Amino acid sequence: MSQHLKYVCPGCGYTYNEALGDDHEGYPPGYLFKDLPDDFVCPDCAVRYKEDFEPETNQQH
Amino acid sequence: MRNYSVIDANNQQVTYVDQKRWWWVLSLINPTLPLIGVLGFLATQQPFWLVAPLILMFVVAPLLDLLLGEDQNNPPESLVPQLEDDAYYRVLTYLTVPLHYIAFITVAVFVGTQTLPWWGFLALAVAIGFADGFAINTGHELGHKRTRLETWLAKIVLAVPAYGHFWIEHNRGHHRDVATPDDPASARMGESIYRFALREIPGAFHRAWEIERERLNRKDLPVLHLQNEVLQSYLISVVLQLSLLIAFGWIMVPFLLIHNFFSWWVLTSANYIEHYGLLRMQQDNGKYERCQPHHSWNANHIYSNLLLFHLQRHSDHHANPTRRYQSLRHFEDLPSLPSGYYGMYLLAYVPSLWFKYMDAKLLQLPHVKGDLNKINIDPEAREAIFEKYGDGFVPAS
Ligand SMILES: [Zn+2]
Repeated sequence: MSQHLKYVCPGCGYTYNEALGDDHEGYPPGYLFKDLPDDFVCPDCAVRYKEDFEPETNQQH
Repeated sequence: MRNYSVIDANNQQVTYVDQKRWWWVLSLINPTLPLIGVLGFLATQQPFWLVAPLILMFVVAPLLDLLLGEDQNNPPESLVPQLEDDAYYRVLTYLTVPLHYIAFITVAVFVGTQTLPWWGFLALAVAIGFADGFAINTGHELGHKRTRLETWLAKIVLAVPAYGHFWIEHNRGHHRDVATPDDPASARMGESIYRFALREIPGAFHRAWEIERERLNRKDLPVLHLQNEVLQSYLISVVLQLSLLIAFGWIMVPFLLIHNFFSWWVLTSANYIEHYGLLRMQQDNGKYERCQPHHSWNANHIYSNLLLFHLQRHSDHHANPTRRYQSLRHFEDLPSLPSGYYGMYLLAYVPSLWFKYMDAKLLQLPHVKGDLNKINIDPEAREAIFEKYGDGFVPAS
């Protein structure tokens, strides 16, 4: 089974969980962070870009 | 008065009392102000009362800003989580939602059933338009929050001025593009508010629909779908305004047109002054630098901030868009306005005075110091501005 990671917006704390995707934004479960478009912005605060996101430490599965 | 307290990371006890706590109840004034006109007229039959709401908005509010002055209090950072969790503040934003509906419907029934002089009708329609412009302000505060309840309340309150696309456009468009030439909601130096409106109103509409179309595309849905969050709000507007039209007939046509126009105009006015001329610099990779505190104009005036949910502490809002209004902070040395928004709106409506005053303020900003390349300039005014100021000219304050 491939390992799903979580990525956190350093501005507002929004978390992109690859295992869940983001249904509202149109990313299905299992959609990898690296596959998000280059101009992806944080869905919650919109002022942090894809390259600003940080992998969550203490990943839990 | 509620006392917030925490032991911080340095083992120090930090306490905070929000001096404005109960004063935030004043935020309920804007939605209901036009009712003063209705009640005054019904009690006295004096049509003068129909003009009273506009006077309270544009004479009394700027005067109170002048008299009550500024407030630079900030909550300590370690207590912000407690302040954000305090439901009291949230409930006030929720309460303004039904108040906007009650006031709007009451005024509509009033003008639909009473015989009024044409100028009284006009003054009241403009006043309820301005009042519901502040529904966009409530929709703004709620639309930035991530709970389902708050985003739904945003869509519901934005339906009153028929401006349902606002929160999508604002959160995902304006915040991304703010203070760049790409942003239809950031005004340029040399651009009058009237020319700005012609760029901002259609630009905002277009950008919201683009953002929603892309999102729905990813879900393999057509743009005209009930999951379209712009459309959801529009549908409420249609039901609301069509019902009034059916109930009261042709008189509702001018009433609704004036109401909707002036609601939108309030937002245009706020957008116009919030980032006038400010510019994020383009980096080597073509992207714009991150939005900095000096990319927004601010006002700390107590009275208008209480009426506007701290919208005027605009730099902190852009740095932290999801932060709740009660926690927004004042910072030293930011671009700052001499008056709250109500007073600044009046200045903006007279472009020659606005340019005279604000262009000088813009050139004096510490990060600009007369460098016209650091200003967002209207291409059509570019030549005239370079000729007038030349490069490096800083007007005396
Ligand atoms: Zn974020």
